[in-house]
Amino acid sequence: MTLLESPESTGATVVAKPEGKSSGGGGFGRYLLVRFLLIIPTVFILVTMVFLLMRTTGDPITAAQGGRLPPEQLAERIHAAGYDRPLLVQYGDYLGGLLHGDFGTTISDNRPVTQVLVTYGAATLELAVYGLLVALLVGIPLGMLSAYVRDRWGDAVLRVFAILCYATPVFFAGLLLKLVFAIKLGVLPVSGRATTSTELNLQLLEGKTGIYLLDAIRLGDPAAVVDVLEHAVLPAVALGLLTGGIFLRLVRTNVIGTLGTEYVDAARSRGVGELRLVRKHAYRPALIPIITVIGLQVATLLGGAVLTETTFEWKGLGFQLAQYLTARDFVAVQGIVALLAVIVAVTNFVVDVLAALIDPRVRY
Amino acid sequence: MAATTSVPGGAASPVLHGRRRTWRDLPVVHQVRQSVGVQRVMLVLGLLLTGVFVLAALLAPLLAPYGFAQIEQDQVPFGTLQAPGGAHLLGTTQGGYDVLSRMLWGAQTALETIVVAVVLSLFVGVALGLVSGYLGGWLDRVLVVVADAVYAFPSLLLAIVVSIAISGGQSSKWGGVLAAAVAITVVFIPQYFRVIRAETVRIKSEAYVESAKVVGASTGRIMGRHVLRNATRTLPLIFTLNCSEALLTLAALGFLGFGIQPTSAAEWGYDLQRAISDVTAGVWWTGLFPGLAIVLAVLGVTLVGESLNDLADPRLRGRRAVSAASGTVAATSVVPGGTLDAAAGLETPEGQTDGGDRR
Repeated sequence: MTLLESPESTGATVVAKPEGKSSGGGGFGRYLLVRFLLIIPTVFILVTMVFLLMRTTGDPITAAQGGRLPPEQLAERIHAAGYDRPLLVQYGDYLGGLLHGDFGTTISDNRPVTQVLVTYGAATLELAVYGLLVALLVGIPLGMLSAYVRDRWGDAVLRVFAILCYATPVFFAGLLLKLVFAIKLGVLPVSGRATTSTELNLQLLEGKTGIYLLDAIRLGDPAAVVDVLEHAVLPAVALGLLTGGIFLRLVRTNVIGTLGTEYVDAARSRGVGELRLVRKHAYRPALIPIITVIGLQVATLLGGAVLTETTFEWKGLGFQLAQYLTARDFVAVQGIVALLAVIVAVTNFVVDVLAALIDPRVRY
Repeated sequence: MAATTSVPGGAASPVLHGRRRTWRDLPVVHQVRQSVGVQRVMLVLGLLLTGVFVLAALLAPLLAPYGFAQIEQDQVPFGTLQAPGGAHLLGTTQGGYDVLSRMLWGAQTALETIVVAVVLSLFVGVALGLVSGYLGGWLDRVLVVVADAVYAFPSLLLAIVVSIAISGGQSSKWGGVLAAAVAITVVFIPQYFRVIRAETVRIKSEAYVESAKVVGASTGRIMGRHVLRNATRTLPLIFTLNCSEALLTLAALGFLGFGIQPTSAAEWGYDLQRAISDVTAGVWWTGLFPGLAIVLAVLGVTLVGESLNDLADPRLRGRRAVSAASGTVAATSVVPGGTLDAAAGLETPEGQTDGGDRR
């Protein structure tokens, strides 16, 4: 029970903290501390919400095994797992476990949730990084181009492209990509992370990271590297375009914004060409907000990863989450959601700190 | 936030006085008149697509050749995976449904869901934001932290969890629509909350609120009459942008199998999930059409939202249009994916970028 108190009490003090925000001053160290402590209530609130929401449907064992076990056995298992105790006690237990890094054991396949998280987390991380790369490669150059030709047809085409990226659900983009590149043209694989033989080799690798590209490189087999990369292209494009459209629009807006500032006017009056203005003068400050938005996009990427992974049978956290949700395995679901909450909160923290390092005005 | 605070009080002028309102001042009409060139084309295109979507939704019973769950006519089954053409303009699915019919009925489901979702989140979010921003105190702090936590989290995951909690996974048509709508609501409340709260905090210190207090108006009256009326300026923008997100969330829920049962209503996301396996066999029509329906509906709504957003922001409005702009300009840019200029670099005084010809 003492374990239960710690997040709550920290939560209360942190909630009170932002008051100091308006008083200004404080310095970077203080900002860092306050911002770091804010991670705790964020994670705490989300974990609590998910726990309570999941419990409104009943206990995890009935939910998962309801139809399959006779009532007596079911009651026995519920009792053994402690799900017949008061909700608050279970909640305290759950939080206590979380603090120890114990996420419980999945009900449907009886594995420690921590193991599930480690195994599949690597796959999701790999996909998210590829997706982010595609997004940046698409978003930044096209956004600058769009700002350069602003209010002309090229701009309109690029902006409609950006909106299309946003408007196309990842799974539909994935379906189209599959249809064209995997089925009609047959140049890329339909689904999965690697062919079965490569996958087997990678599994046998000593001290594997779970990130297939790294593992394949360490395996020293060029064919395996190519195989892994080929499998990654379509999912990465499907996921990356979603965020790429947002980056494009963001870069465009901000470059146009900085193009109106005095120092750009000054450069223009010195006779610097418009293209050079966009490329050299206006775009650097315009990239700062990108860092902040990458933080927000991590959430989108993770949400998108669930859909991308399901579409491409990419066996990561998202794919697993969908499986566990279908199996009503709420322990596993809670675990995955808790991990994602931590990832999102930590990324937002890192991003805020980076933004504050770059631009002192952001600091509290 | 930067954009909101950068504008010196002037933009907050309360309800327009001394100028007669005509049909030209109606929300969308005003913007169409205000826009020029490419921007106008984008706005009009968006309005057209949105109009088609709404019409398809309303007239689905008349337009659709068959019912959404119909698999036979006059005892003759439609047959599965029929290629487009003949009696089935867009073919049939694996389950033997008519693709075109499900596309049209799907519009209806989507419209119902987003209307319920957006209305719910509008009311709850606005009420919370108003109370939180005006009263302040510990309630405000707690709500802000909770809203930020929810806002930062992958909205889809939250929507899935909420929809399972509500429906238990199995759902009838209205049950499914409601579950999806409430799930979407939970995700969107923080957005309305943040915007309305920020506006409320700003308006709270305006002179007219002070004078209302001095005159002795009750807190409820000030909040309802003075603050709310002036804080809702940016709502149409968030509203349109949220509609598109609601459409996407509904489709994603359906795709993952947490939406509405296929026999109780047609839902594009569900149809796409079914189509994933068809694709491997080279069948394209079962996935292409529901997918296009989603894209076009979202595209339409987003184009409208984007255009309204740009027109409300002097920095983004077409440069030639500046002279045509009226004096009442909303200073907040609302864009899906977050407040874009929240971080840095954009606290340009508005007048500076308004200059029509820079070159």
